[in-house]
Amino acid sequence: MYEHDVIVVGAGGAGLRAAIAAHEAGADTALVSKLHPVRSHTGAAEGGINAALQEGDDWELHAYDTMKGSDYLGDAPAVETLAQDAPEETMHLEHWGMPFSREEDGRVSQRPFGGLSYPRTTYAGAETGHHLLHTMYEQVVKRGIQVYDEWYVMNLATTDEPDPNDRECHGVVAYDVQSGNIEGFKANQGVVLATGGPGQAFDHTTNAVSCTGDGHAMAYRAGAPLEDMEFIQFHPTSLPSTGVLISEGVRGEGGILYNSEGERFMFEYGYANNSGELASRDVVARAELTEVDEGRGIEDEYVHLDMRHLGEERIMDRLENILHLAEDFEGVDGLVEPMPVKPGQHYAMGGIETDENGQTCIDGLYAAGECACVSVHGGNRLGGNALPELIVFGKRAGRHAAGEDLGEAEIRTGYGDDAEDEDDTEFPVTPGKAGLDEVDEAIAADGGVAADAEGLLERAVERERARVDRLLDRDEGVQHAEIRSKLQQAMTDYVNVFRTEDGIKKALEIIRECRQEYQNVYVDDPSRTFNTDLQHTIETRNLIDVAETIALGALVRNEFRGAHWRQENQIRDDENWLKHTMVSWDGGEPSVWYRPVILEGQDKTYEPKERSY
Amino acid sequence: MSTQQQEPETQEAPKDPDMKGAQSPQDRRLAEKESGAIDEESEKQAELEGETVHIKVFRYDPEVEGKQEPRFDDFHVPFEKGMTVLDAVMYARDEYDSSLTFRHSCRQAVCGSDAFFVNGKQRLGCKTQISDLEQPVRIEPLPHQEVVKDLVVDMSHFYDQMHAVEPYFQDEDTPDVNDLEEQRQSPENREKIKMSSRCIWCGACMSSCNIAAGDNKYLGPAAINKAYKFAMDDRESEEIKEHRLRILEQEHGVWRCQTQFSCTEVCPKDIPLTEHIQELKREAVKKNLKFW
Ligand SMILES: Cc1cc2nc3c(=O)[nH]c(=O)nc-3n(C[C@H](O)[C@H](O)[C@H](O)COP(=O)(O)OP(=O)(O)OC[C@H]3O[C@@H](n4cnc5c(N)ncnc54)[C@H](O)[C@@H]3O)c2cc1C
Ligand code: SF4
Ligand code: FES
Repeated sequence: MYEHDVIVVGAGGAGLRAAIAAHEAGADTALVSKLHPVRSHTGAAEGGINAALQEGDDWELHAYDTMKGSDYLGDAPAVETLAQDAPEETMHLEHWGMPFSREEDGRVSQRPFGGLSYPRTTYAGAETGHHLLHTMYEQVVKRGIQVYDEWYVMNLATTDEPDPNDRECHGVVAYDVQSGNIEGFKANQGVVLATGGPGQAFDHTTNAVSCTGDGHAMAYRAGAPLEDMEFIQFHPTSLPSTGVLISEGVRGEGGILYNSEGERFMFEYGYANNSGELASRDVVARAELTEVDEGRGIEDEYVHLDMRHLGEERIMDRLENILHLAEDFEGVDGLVEPMPVKPGQHYAMGGIETDENGQTCIDGLYAAGECACVSVHGGNRLGGNALPELIVFGKRAGRHAAGEDLGEAEIRTGYGDDAEDEDDTEFPVTPGKAGLDEVDEAIAADGGVAADAEGLLERAVERERARVDRLLDRDEGVQHAEIRSKLQQAMTDYVNVFRTEDGIKKALEIIRECRQEYQNVYVDDPSRTFNTDLQHTIETRNLIDVAETIALGALVRNEFRGAHWRQENQIRDDENWLKHTMVSWDGGEPSVWYRPVILEGQDKTYEPKERSY
Repeated sequence: MSTQQQEPETQEAPKDPDMKGAQSPQDRRLAEKESGAIDEESEKQAELEGETVHIKVFRYDPEVEGKQEPRFDDFHVPFEKGMTVLDAVMYARDEYDSSLTFRHSCRQAVCGSDAFFVNGKQRLGCKTQISDLEQPVRIEPLPHQEVVKDLVVDMSHFYDQMHAVEPYFQDEDTPDVNDLEEQRQSPENREKIKMSSRCIWCGACMSSCNIAAGDNKYLGPAAINKAYKFAMDDRESEEIKEHRLRILEQEHGVWRCQTQFSCTEVCPKDIPLTEHIQELKREAVKKNLKFW
């Protein structure tokens, strides 16, 4: 068994920042990550970090923009904390040597971004995430923080009081991918989950293969609610074969979208008569899918993004990296042919419910980064607001876990007296556990409650070892890849940018089938050495849990807010829906409930206004 | 084992009698995992749909009987426009043999996980269009590194070298963070370090380098390039720069490089590695740092 004060699970931007903060606060800190830190998906971020750095800009403007962008589903204390702390945190990065792009006077450059009232997106070329990730990893190396890389965290070791608010987390169980050894990691002070997004719940995503929502699923099953999971941002221009992102820059420079008839559909079919290709992400994404649905897609799948008319010179000057992306990942030469694009899952606004100190309702369990929901982004994330979230809330979570006093949080966590139960919506199938979990049953039958943290962890380790043995020992059944692709397809077919009641219900039924099939899942690769088959099989279970919460949220929220669109009610319904959707696992019988959004900030209340730009 | 020495290790599969009986299905599969059957299956399925791509993939697993002796497995995957080498091995894994093992994550040349030896050259799987390659496409783990399993190599030596150059900003004399003041840097200086800062730690360069293959202590192109990034950054003081050059001009540092350009040729991020190494040599000379 390994033992540290603070254990940070995940070494992307959020995890690295949390570890540095916990270490600085004097805690013996370790990072446990299924990927080597520099492989984390934070490295894919291009655009930049929003921070009110310049004179003339103001954190309050940043907070206002963020709240408006969130479609009034962000919690003001979280939004204001983000805006207030982002400048200082961005400066830390600079002081640690991050190679930001520069102005002539040597100051860091900032550029305009969608939804921002001031050009406050601080960037490092078109590789901001790469530099952020590497710069923070360098600081981890400098500080000698212990990194367990290629250790896959399988589960949390939490107590099991009936009320999740009474539970405590004492560590995690992980397996060493290289050797297959399963070990306990005891956390004397806290566990910080920083496991990134759940993009792999969808068939087509800009997220990495490793973005499987592990942290979401582990926290959820341990009792922490998942919040606002239905809010998924889809990006309208991703490459069809890989999901690689083609940035908005192409349309910004004058790129045009065509359907298979060669029509400029954004205008031709009236999707956005004024702004055309430059309409907001969700509008363009829906337009593209409508074209495909109505038979005007190319190969029934995608549309064309054409930039040839811009001329070679301008393309080389401003969009050179796009040429490389199209060539390397799609085999298309953007100078001589239009590029195929289609909407792809891009970002999850929801996640593990935390307060502004990163804490969940379970004592000792924290979450930060894309896996968490503080909530900063509410119904819709502004471009450039995820990276500052990583460093601001990663740091807070790390410090708090290490025992620093950050003051009482204003945001509440866990089911409490401000909760409103959902009891109007009928679910087509019962969500949650499918049948008995043999491993859990066997362990439960085996003995009573663990007396102390160590005992608790030992039992958790035992349970995971038994689970793995069972997966490896089984000789027949279904392989995870089949279940995963069925799940991903269902999510992309029915819980995508278009959402209808019938479709979402259909998705829930398929998710149920996936769960049932998963009862018979087996791992074909018999080896203990670097068994990615095993790892992916465990991830698929997590994806099922996470996908189900997304679908449940999408079903109950019958309105159109931010990125969530419902055919039956295509308006934002502030009267009924200024509240967060919460899903609790409840020991395998999930329940949905709501918590009111907090629009009261430090000095002002954010009055919901129409989100038009 | 290493791809350098073609001799496979003859190691018994570690068996844990407590975990599984001698005749457990897992054991049976351990024994069954021999080539052949998989190839036929994939060939049949894929031929149904037009063109297929023939890939030959290196297989090795110290634990699995049929794989202790390195071998190549053939897969035929249906071709699709835009298909990369990574797409092809993913397809083979998901459709034909789930034990096929390789690292990958981002699929867009930023995580640096999937550098393989493809048709005799170090390349990133996700950044290599399969249509550009001659068939059958031979996919092997990076040479000169220990193979853990199939296409997965042990990266720890690479990481050690990266860490050996003190790859972190060292100036403690930074402005007060509360003043929101940055260290100034000219756009030219930023441009100067731009290429060096693009490294994704894929290890392709190191694997292609003959010197690194012969001298295990040689820092190697990636680590030297990492040091270049700091040494050329005006934000650090002259003293620290000199300290960095001292690390680089030691016995297994820059002077080992014989400017063969193999690293520069394979770098998927187009970093002019050899040039950077040469420039550091010149800097070391300028600073009158002695040759070791
Ligand atoms: C293409 C793209 C472009 C983007 N551009 C921008 C931008 O310009 N600006 C912006 O603000 N945002 C952007 N975003 C969003 C932003 O980059 C992400 O939300 C953010 O980087 C997520 O960081 P993270 O630290 O939460 O997770 P990640 O960086 O994904 O890290 C997750 C970590 O968790 C580890 N992990 C996961 N599961 C386990 C497990 N079971 N056991 C152990 N370890 C585990 C992984 O190894 C990894 O280290 C972009 C996103 C994408 C996909
Ligand atoms: S220098 Fe290039 S080849 Fe070498 S590790 Fe970095 S990206 Fe890979
Ligand atoms: S998969 Fe990340 S670099 Fe290829």
